[in-house]
Amino acid sequence: MDLGGVVKDVVKKIVFLGSIYIPDDVAASLKAALDRETDPNAKFMLSAIVKNIDLASLRKVAVCQDTGMPTFHVALGDGFPIRSGLLDIIRDAMREATKEIPLRPNTVDPFHEKNPGDNTGRYVPWIDVELIPGDYVEIAYLPKGGGSEAPNKAFTLPPGVAWRELRKRLLETVVEYGPMPCPPTIVGIGIAGTIDAAVKLAKKAALLRNVGHRHEDPKVAQLELELLRDLNRLGVGPHGVGGVTTALDVHIEYAHRHPAAFSVAFVFSCWATRRGIARIYPDGRYDILSHPETYKKVFMEVPAT
Amino acid sequence: MEHRLRTPLRDEDVAKLRVGDTVYISGTLVTARDATHMLLLDMVRRGERPPVDLRGLALYHAGPVAKKVDGEWKVLACGPTTSMRMEAFEAEFLEVTGVKLVIGKGGMGKRTADAMRRLVAAYAIFPGGAAVLAAEAIKRVAGVYFLEELGIPEAMWVFEVEDFGPLTVIIDPTGSNFYDSVRERAGRAIEEILKG
Repeated sequence: MDLGGVVKDVVKKIVFLGSIYIPDDVAASLKAALDRETDPNAKFMLSAIVKNIDLASLRKVAVCQDTGMPTFHVALGDGFPIRSGLLDIIRDAMREATKEIPLRPNTVDPFHEKNPGDNTGRYVPWIDVELIPGDYVEIAYLPKGGGSEAPNKAFTLPPGVAWRELRKRLLETVVEYGPMPCPPTIVGIGIAGTIDAAVKLAKKAALLRNVGHRHEDPKVAQLELELLRDLNRLGVGPHGVGGVTTALDVHIEYAHRHPAAFSVAFVFSCWATRRGIARIYPDGRYDILSHPETYKKVFMEVPAT
Repeated sequence: MEHRLRTPLRDEDVAKLRVGDTVYISGTLVTARDATHMLLLDMVRRGERPPVDLRGLALYHAGPVAKKVDGEWKVLACGPTTSMRMEAFEAEFLEVTGVKLVIGKGGMGKRTADAMRRLVAAYAIFPGGAAVLAAEAIKRVAGVYFLEELGIPEAMWVFEVEDFGPLTVIIDPTGSNFYDSVRERAGRAIEEILKG
C-alpha cells in the first residue's frame, strides 16, 4: 500500500468536499436564520444564500467563486509514518485539485503581481502543524475568502480595561466593516499573552469549531453567547442590509497571558465558511469527518441491484 | 420597485433607480477588480483606448471560477468581490469609461457616491458568495483581456448575461447610500449595548 498516494487522494477529496458542500452545521444555522428573520431585506439575502448552497451541491461546483486562500491545519500523531513529507503531498494535491474541480487560482506574488495559476506559491498552501498523541493524522482544509480578511484585527490591551475594551472594539469593528466580510459571519476571538498566539487561536476558533459548539469552560461559553447576542442586536444583518443575523456564532479560544499584556485577535469567517476534514490511519484507512454522508453519496454510490 | 434593464444603459434608465430597488440586467457585463482598474486608468492616461468600449455598460466587481471547454470559456461560479477595494479608482473610472451601473458587494464610499450623482450612475449589490446563482445568468463569455498578465481572477472578462440579478440598489444617482443609514443605526445600537 502506498500511504503517500492515499494521503494525496484523501487531501484532494477534502478539497473537493470543502469547496463545494457547506458543512451541515453552517448550512443548518443559515436555514434557521432564514426562518427567524422578519426583515424583508435580510430574508432576501438569506434565501439567495440558501438557494446558492443547494445549487452548488446540485451542480457540484465551488459554492463561492472565491475558493479561498489555500490553508491547511494538520494534527500529526506521533505514530503516523509520513512526517515532513506531508507538506509536499499536500502541495501536490492542492495543485491537482485546483485543476480538476476546478478552483480559482488565488495566489499572487506581492512583489511581481504574478499568479502561478495553480494555488501554490511561496509558503502556500499555508500549513499549520500541531503535534498530537496517536498513530493517525488529521488534515483539515480551511479555505478562507479574501473579503473576510478585511476586518480582522489584533491588538494588545492593558489588562485592567481589557474585557470592556474587547467588547467595544468587537462591536465597532463589526459596524465599521458592515457588509464587507459577507455576514452572517463566524467570529473567532483569541486571547493570549502575545499577538501571534492570539491570532493563531482566533483563526482556529473561527474556522475549526462547529457552529453551536460552546467552549468547555462555562465562563468562556457564557461570554461567547453574550457577545453573539450583542452582535445580533446591531442590526447589520446578512450582507449588511439589516436584520437580526449579523453573526452565526462567536468562538473564543485562550492561552494564559503575560501579567502586563492582554493580547486579543478577531478573525472573521464569511457565511460560506468551508471545511474539509479527514483522519488517515497508518494502514491507509481513512474517515471523512467533515462530510461523512455527502462523501458516501458522492464517492461511494453504488447502483441499486 | 423592480426594474429590468438592458445595456447600453441610457441616463434615463439609470436616473429612475432608487436605493432599495431591485434590478435585473441583460446585455454586456464587464469585470474589473483592483488590477484592471489601475491598468485601464493607466491606458487612458497614456492616451490609449481600452480594449472594450465601456460606455453604457455594467461593471462587475468579480473574478470567476472558469474553465475552458472545447476552446470556449465556461463560467462555473462568479459572485461579486468586495467593492470597497476599488473605491480609490472608481470615481475616475466612471468618468473616463462612461460605465453606468457598478455591481459588487459590500458597498462603496462617498467619492463614488458623489461621482454617481454627477454622472448619473448607480451601484447595486448581488448577494455576496451566491456565486453559482450568479453564474446561471451568464450565458456566454464574449471575451477576456489581460489574462496572461493578471491571471483568472484579475483579468477583464466580458460576459453576455440574461436577467442577471436580483441586484439591490445601494447607491442611487441622487448620491444616497443605503449602507450609511444602516451604519448610523448600528452606531446608536453600540451605545445602547455598552450602556446596558
